[in-house]
Amino acid sequence: MKSNQSNNPATEPEVPTGQHLIALVGNPNAGKTTLFNSLTGSHQKVGNYAGVTVEKVSGYLKLDDEIVECIDVPGQYSLSAVSEDEKVAVDVIEGREKDTRRPDLLVCVLDATNLERNLYFFSQLAEAGHSVVVAMTMVDRLEQSGQAIDLPKMSNLLGVEIVPMVGHKDRGLQELKDAIWRNLRDPRTASFEIRFPDAIETRVAALRERVARVGIDFTKFDIRRALLHPDDPFNSFLKDFPEMQEAFEVARNQLGQEGVLKPAIEVQSRYDWASVVKRAVVREVQAPKTERSLTDKIDLVLTHRVFGLGIFVLLMYLVFQSIYTFSQYPMNAITACFDWLKSEARPHLAGSPVIQSLVVDGIISGVGGMLVFLPQILVLFFFIAMLEGTGYLARAAFLMDRLFGWCGLNGRAFIPLLSSFACAIPGIMAARVMPDRNSRLATILVAPLMSCSARLPVYLLLIGAFIQPQFGSAWAGFALFAMHLLGLFLAVPIVWFLNRKLIKGKRLPFLLELPPYQWPKWRDVWIAMYFRGKIFVKTAGTIIVFMSILIWGLSYFPRLSATQEQQVSRAFVSSNPEASKSDIKKQIDQAQLANSVLGRFGKTIEPAFKPAGFDWRITTSILSAFPARETVVPSLGIIFSLGGDVDEKSSDLPKALRDAKWPDGRPLFTPWTAIGLMVFFALCAQCMATLATVKRETNSWKWAAFMFCYMTTLAYLGAIAVQMIGHMFGNN
Amino acid sequence: MSFTKLKKGMTARVISIGNNSSEMERLQEMGLTVGTVFRVIKVAPFGDPVEIDLRGYRLCLRKNETKGFEVEPIE
Repeated sequence: MKSNQSNNPATEPEVPTGQHLIALVGNPNAGKTTLFNSLTGSHQKVGNYAGVTVEKVSGYLKLDDEIVECIDVPGQYSLSAVSEDEKVAVDVIEGREKDTRRPDLLVCVLDATNLERNLYFFSQLAEAGHSVVVAMTMVDRLEQSGQAIDLPKMSNLLGVEIVPMVGHKDRGLQELKDAIWRNLRDPRTASFEIRFPDAIETRVAALRERVARVGIDFTKFDIRRALLHPDDPFNSFLKDFPEMQEAFEVARNQLGQEGVLKPAIEVQSRYDWASVVKRAVVREVQAPKTERSLTDKIDLVLTHRVFGLGIFVLLMYLVFQSIYTFSQYPMNAITACFDWLKSEARPHLAGSPVIQSLVVDGIISGVGGMLVFLPQILVLFFFIAMLEGTGYLARAAFLMDRLFGWCGLNGRAFIPLLSSFACAIPGIMAARVMPDRNSRLATILVAPLMSCSARLPVYLLLIGAFIQPQFGSAWAGFALFAMHLLGLFLAVPIVWFLNRKLIKGKRLPFLLELPPYQWPKWRDVWIAMYFRGKIFVKTAGTIIVFMSILIWGLSYFPRLSATQEQQVSRAFVSSNPEASKSDIKKQIDQAQLANSVLGRFGKTIEPAFKPAGFDWRITTSILSAFPARETVVPSLGIIFSLGGDVDEKSSDLPKALRDAKWPDGRPLFTPWTAIGLMVFFALCAQCMATLATVKRETNSWKWAAFMFCYMTTLAYLGAIAVQMIGHMFGNN
Repeated sequence: MSFTKLKKGMTARVISIGNNSSEMERLQEMGLTVGTVFRVIKVAPFGDPVEIDLRGYRLCLRKNETKGFEVEPIE
């Protein structure tokens, strides 16, 4: 059994004590994720760092005689952390992150085709005193462009081992593992030096000596950092030594007067060093190609103002259709499966109505209602992995950034927002294509305003019952279209407001790299789909099932006593002498729901919804639809005494709705009430699965609660506004 | 001249980065240090962002996030 473990993604390998910890670091787009997947395969676990939205991905890799834990640190450009994600990355590297100790070794991924910028980050890393092994990616691409890189020379210059990788073929993987093994046993720190201007170097040396005199040994890198960055943590340490603090201050002032202490001096010095290194190790073996590279040729079309936008629209249409239409087949299969399970379970549990209802209407419905989202999630993440892997996602963001950017989103927001029109859950999960935390959060918070496919039955029912018969098909079509645009239009001012008032945190400039096109790696696609699906089922899914059972309880208890049931059926039979047995049963179901906690609550809050033109029956249906809005149609069926088997296509329910009256005999529904109810459904956060997903993705109930409150308020006010407009047009 | 005035196909050198904000520091950390030569590859269809080629890679910047970013065009 034990030998099989490494092939089974579901089990984690046994972890020996005293195990080594390594961390994979590097610039975004350097091929870090591909390398991580190659190293660890499916031995990964995905969680969250405490208190932040950043995902913690770690895995296990097998060396000759030990299993090493490996953290995949979020890609970063610099160690001077500004954003939340970067702070986490730096904390992990420095071992300041809770529950994670300092890594024994860093594997730094360097992109051979983008050496200067990658070396900039490497230089910061190495100076901080870490032992580092370099995995050099894209060497094959560099060679294709007619250049060659002298890795032994570079290894000498930097003082670290460098292993060339060819990600697509897993070439270099064994060599990298060997290098990791060697460096874990015999840690090496880099041995290069970056020349800073002499004025800085002499003062650093003097200050280091002074600090050493008090008996503290700091590296000159520490001293230099403290000197150049007055807000570096090192300076708070100096607080205990006032005279030392003063010495730093004096040195800083002198440098300022000499004109050396420009903010850019450190960056400049590092880049000067990086370009010297690059010139020393990279040489042209062929004359530089004068023709455009393949990527440029593709980009001529794909980012063209006409063709590019056209292809973008077509591609997004394909993605949307796949989520919306193709996912229907597995979704229907899952629903059918669970319906079958319910019908199988029902007779077995007939002995106890409570347990029967709990198992069938609570547990099985809850699990089925959660799993039904899985096909859409998998389909969407298939496309995202493809779009990301090829490099197209960055082009699409380039095309779209202007349209989204002005209100505080960015060009990548189109994927989450578009997929939210099918379903907000994959949409919210897709918001992680945005590296910037603020944009991600803003996108997550408005994604559920997009009109998802679960709202469609409500629209169809109400439009079919009230708009089409009275105003004709053209207006019915328009109403359906308008309902789909409503959320999108409201999302814009909401994002604008969120970004200015609610979402705090340092803003970074929008920086988008356009990496060369490449073929996506199937393993990366598969792993992305597998882990997204797994995370959804494990974390969001648990919450969804739990909440489903809770809501079931609220709509089931308290039960009417046997005598009360008899009273209901007697009253019903006396006014409808020909009532069939199933009619009586429906009447009792209605009375049970009305008597339940949910029904009573619906009656209690009826006054609050009067301005929107809703009575307690509508209110109770709305309440019962909070776990999942698609249940409103069966709920309306029960509450209008038609039983729970109705759907939006049956003709009984529209008729029942049209015939429904207020106690004073006025019709319950006017077309305005119907529009108000649709607006309510368009805007309300009636989906527990969404809230659970928001909790998972933002790592906090706070944002889920905020979303619930703002959307429900918006829905309530929207429904009232519609009713008021109706009154203005003389319709009551 | 200001970065926003650059046209497609122009090559330019960075002269100054402007104020000492974290935004500007990040642009420098991406390799846009004083003296760096870059080329404008293209402007997105809706007028923003701008794609540039520097230090052998492609980066896109929003025009309104480059305030204080001075460049001089070169042949």
